[in-house]
Amino acid sequence: MIELEGLTKRYGEKLAVNRLTFTVRPGMVTGFLGPNGAGKSTTMRMMLGLDRPTAGDVRIDGQHYDGLRDPLKYIGALLDAKGMHGGRSAFNHLLCLAQSNGIPKSRVHEVLDTVGLTAVARKKAKGFSLGMGQRLGIAGALLGDPRILMFDEPVNGLDPEGIHWIRTLMKSLAAQGRTVFVSSHLMSEMALTADHLVVIGQGRLLADTSMADFIRQNSRSYVRIRSPQPEQLLDALSGAGIIAVRAVDGALEVDGGKPEHIGELAAQHQVALHELSPQQASLEEAFMRLTAESVEYHAHSGPPGAGRPDAVTPDAVTPASRQGWGSDWKKG
Amino acid sequence: MSTPQPPMPQQAAPQPSMPPQQAAPNWQAAPAPSYTSPIPIVRTHLGHALSSEWTKIRSVRSTMWTLGVFVLLVVGIGLAAGAAVSSSSPDLSGENPLSLGFFGLLLGSMCIITLGVLTTASEYGTGMIRTTMTACPSRGRVLAAKAIVFFVVAFVITVVSAAFVGFAQVAMLDGTGADEPTGDDWLKGTVGIGLYIALLGLLSLIVGSLVRHSAGAITIMIGTVLAPLVIAMFMFSESLSDLRDALFEYSIPNQLSVFYDNSLSRSGPSGWDPLWIILGVTAVAFVAAYALLEKRDV
Repeated sequence: MIELEGLTKRYGEKLAVNRLTFTVRPGMVTGFLGPNGAGKSTTMRMMLGLDRPTAGDVRIDGQHYDGLRDPLKYIGALLDAKGMHGGRSAFNHLLCLAQSNGIPKSRVHEVLDTVGLTAVARKKAKGFSLGMGQRLGIAGALLGDPRILMFDEPVNGLDPEGIHWIRTLMKSLAAQGRTVFVSSHLMSEMALTADHLVVIGQGRLLADTSMADFIRQNSRSYVRIRSPQPEQLLDALSGAGIIAVRAVDGALEVDGGKPEHIGELAAQHQVALHELSPQQASLEEAFMRLTAESVEYHAHSGPPGAGRPDAVTPDAVTPASRQGWGSDWKKG
Repeated sequence: MSTPQPPMPQQAAPQPSMPPQQAAPNWQAAPAPSYTSPIPIVRTHLGHALSSEWTKIRSVRSTMWTLGVFVLLVVGIGLAAGAAVSSSSPDLSGENPLSLGFFGLLLGSMCIITLGVLTTASEYGTGMIRTTMTACPSRGRVLAAKAIVFFVVAFVITVVSAAFVGFAQVAMLDGTGADEPTGDDWLKGTVGIGLYIALLGLLSLIVGSLVRHSAGAITIMIGTVLAPLVIAMFMFSESLSDLRDALFEYSIPNQLSVFYDNSLSRSGPSGWDPLWIILGVTAVAFVAAYALLEKRDV
């Protein structure tokens, strides 16, 4: 379990991380999502005691990171694929990490086997592809068989096979009861792996919610209609009590409408239709909307909550609503 | 051991037909499924950091290169100087034959400086430092382990090289009237010079930790070794003569030569003074580096 309490990091004028408070729980994959530059990596570095917080606190199983006696057995982290000396072989890289935590040498062979690098164990890391470097980094994270794992953008630069491997690995690690915390700037990636979601933008917490709730609240379905007679169609729709909105390209959009119903309505009023299609807004769009609004909220200092997205604000997620976290979304 | 081999059966595998409430992970109902590793818990100490740093220093090629070139310079130049002097058969009465090793060691010290800087600064260049500090959050322990491992390596290599060259030179100069080195001469020419050069390397390691940039730190250190002497050479003005003498006397090459009792000047450091000077400077730098390491972000 990782607990953040008002964690803040300031670089000169810029607030990179702004009073983050959330908890990463065991037994599930927690996705840490935010656009580039949102403060994800800074937050992770503070969790690992690499950067000193300007204010606030972060605890790993109740302890500060630098209070951990053998940190690799508590928490394994993959920060970036370059966190190694290129001139050192994969085996020696892992060996020096193992020695610093009193981990037996046999464990080095095991993790090399787990990530599939046994054949190149004696090769220098600088000859590794990005994917191999990422695997070596993950081997380092698994070295101490820790109960908490932290991955910063683990699928970056990986081929589809590697991405699939990491997804399966993260889920199985969480299924063993470990805490898995993984950052990404890709909502689509998180939707496939994460059970819980923490979204930040400009260093601020935007959402702390279960993946299922996020999907439920953000998957907007609507009907898209194009017609050469938009005015007549709008009249017909409003006559039936249906509210249509003009989209940017001139098409009309009806939230939650049924295409059959709208098509029949158009036929009754003899309006020609060029398009009538049910649409599902992607999670990626929902994520972009969420983070874009955070930026907007930041720019105008309107009343709190004025420009905020619907119910995914951190305040809206009360402990009570956390009780029923669903995970059936994963079947999709 | 227990590292998962994907795919794994999931305990809380979602059932497609179940409503979310029932399919929710049962971490609240059951006792928290916190994972327990079968790897025994060890209270880590400096010894672990030392073995880790030893693995690091021996597993990169730059160590072999810098130390190889160091031995080559010290032994090569030392033997060449011995051969040149003995063949021209001058009268060397009253001279300390060990002093012929001076030039090789002066040039060789550049290699030790480079290795010292790389021991710390290369970790910042490669990003390895984040991995290191994550594995050992006690930053002081990391710096101490690096310092000890490097110091021992540099000291042993320097003493062995200097001793080998010393024996060879004494043998080569046999019959030129040069003095037989006394026990004190031997002590200063091997252990003394070994401590001095290893401390110079340790100072480089500390500068590497402060500057965090290999090329920058190497430049600073080579400047520190050479600049005072070069600057002093160009101080012609009479009014600056005191400063010029001080720069000469306390320049690192001159301090190095004090170990052979053939200082360029009569005043200034003598005997074991250079060792105490560099020991003091290195200690101050170490404290500064430690304080800054604790304060700064990695």
